[in-house]
Amino acid sequence: MIELQNVTLTFPDGDNHITAVDDVTLRGDNGTVTGITGPSGSGKSSILAVAATLIRPDSGGVLIGNESDLIDAAQLSKTDATELRRERIGIVFQQSNLLPALTAREQLQLMARLGGGSSRHRRGRIDTRVEELLDAVGLTEHADKRPHQLSGGQRQRVAIARGIVHEPEVLLVDEPTSALDQERGAEIMQLLARLTHERDTATLLVTHDLVHRDALDDLVTVIDGRITTPAAGHALTR
Amino acid sequence: MFERKGIIVFVAWRELRFARGRFLLIGAVVALITLLVGFLSGLTGGLAAQNISSVLQLPGDRLVLQQPDNSDPSFATSSLDEDTVQAWVQADGVESVIPVGIVQSRASARDTDDPTGVALYGLPQEAPAIGPNPLCELTPDSDTDVGLSSDAADDLGVEVGDTISITGHDFTVAAIGGDLWYSHTPVIVMTPDAWSEASQRVGGTGEATVLAVTGDADWEAVGADTDTVAETPLTSLTALEAFQSEIGSLGLMIVMLFGISALVVGAFFTVWTMQRAGDIAVLKALGATTGSLVRDSLGQAFIVLAAGIGVGLAAVVGLGTLAGQALPFVVSPLTTFVPAVVMAVLGLAGAAFALRSVTKADPLTALGSNR
Repeated sequence: MIELQNVTLTFPDGDNHITAVDDVTLRGDNGTVTGITGPSGSGKSSILAVAATLIRPDSGGVLIGNESDLIDAAQLSKTDATELRRERIGIVFQQSNLLPALTAREQLQLMARLGGGSSRHRRGRIDTRVEELLDAVGLTEHADKRPHQLSGGQRQRVAIARGIVHEPEVLLVDEPTSALDQERGAEIMQLLARLTHERDTATLLVTHDLVHRDALDDLVTVIDGRITTPAAGHALTR
Repeated sequence: MFERKGIIVFVAWRELRFARGRFLLIGAVVALITLLVGFLSGLTGGLAAQNISSVLQLPGDRLVLQQPDNSDPSFATSSLDEDTVQAWVQADGVESVIPVGIVQSRASARDTDDPTGVALYGLPQEAPAIGPNPLCELTPDSDTDVGLSSDAADDLGVEVGDTISITGHDFTVAAIGGDLWYSHTPVIVMTPDAWSEASQRVGGTGEATVLAVTGDADWEAVGADTDTVAETPLTSLTALEAFQSEIGSLGLMIVMLFGISALVVGAFFTVWTMQRAGDIAVLKALGATTGSLVRDSLGQAFIVLAAGIGVGLAAVVGLGTLAGQALPFVVSPLTTFVPAVVMAVLGLAGAAFALRSVTKADPLTALGSNR
């Protein structure tokens, strides 16, 4: 589960401040895909950045986990936030952001080696899931290809597999279909929904494209940094 | 082995293979610079040995030279009279004083008209040496005998028992041995009396030119009293003009090559790291620590440097061994391993300049369409 509680984020602009996120409260439950939509510049990517601990909000909390191990990510140090992203958060970027030198398989194996430490247990756990996930996203036969040898949809599927290979509790997805045609976009959205449900992940998905809304369990709209419909999750506008 | 270090080499090694053209290019540049540095070092070592190998064999803690009024001390112009020698002998703390004469002249095998430039050393038979000393071992018993360094014997084409001519006088070769040189001329050792006469025949004073002194004296005070200067054997080498000019210019070239090496490697990795700044931001967003990324970058630089330096070093040893047959070239740890280590350290320092792009990369830029 991930829950943003009364999150406010401002950016300096000369002598003034611009409010990018204005008292946002938002909850994403396990096993659900919560869509965040809104016009360009509305603040939806800023919400995702706060949820991903990539930026600390001016106020409010970012609760991640279950009742037994709930933590407020907004209060973590940079080091702890980095560890949190590595261990409990998965991120799928807009442009897939795969490393050009790594094959599809290695993009996933990379997640076991990000810490710089020697956690063999973690590496072993992730490595055993790599083949399973490549199969789950339909890329087994492309496992040894590098990003430039894959299509846009294939690259995005690799990015999704990379985002969940370490079994995160929270998956944050930023405009996953923006570079894809409608058919490929639908495939990606269905894949995300299926994996979210199968793996009981709390997925927040930023999108400006509501063509694929069927894949969402919840949907909130952000305008000028505020959530307008509904006030919190669990009220999908279909 | 590397996998245990986490991200180190997992990404770096794959990038090396993926962008092998670029890394081969910088590796080749490092190898070529290593070859240049190694060759210059070997040549410097060889030239240095041809300048000073005999001076470093003089049996003393300090070498005393005449201190001229208006110029620096010089082996070529130093002349120490008997009063000066006695002043040093009687100075407090001095244990022994060996008057040594050095002068450059010509020698030829008897019945030939093919003179060879040589350095004549006048050394007393009783010159003490700690351990084997190839210079002192050549000291003859008789004023009509001489000891020849190996190269002097080769140049003159003589063996023990043959006769050679020096400044119009004949001497019998009593001993041959040692790789001994002075200012690019091979060494011939004579008795002090024979040397004194030879010195005067070539326009010298016949007096000792340098004192090899052992003991624990007040070197500066005695030197000031006697218009002399007492230096350690190594520091006294600056009084050899040929050595100073050669080593100074060659050493400057080596230092400049070290600097160029650091700059080239630093520039390459700065551009390389800037090009992959987006990837670094993604890695940070995914949870990579800055420390692991720094180690990854330095590990990558180390691999490139080790490969380039290794190839360059192998070329230096191989080509240097061949060159040593025709040139004054020394292949030793000092002229190969030490420059290689310096290259590696400076190269890593250059690569470290590129780390700012790693440490400052903002993971936030991985989101949205910033890349």
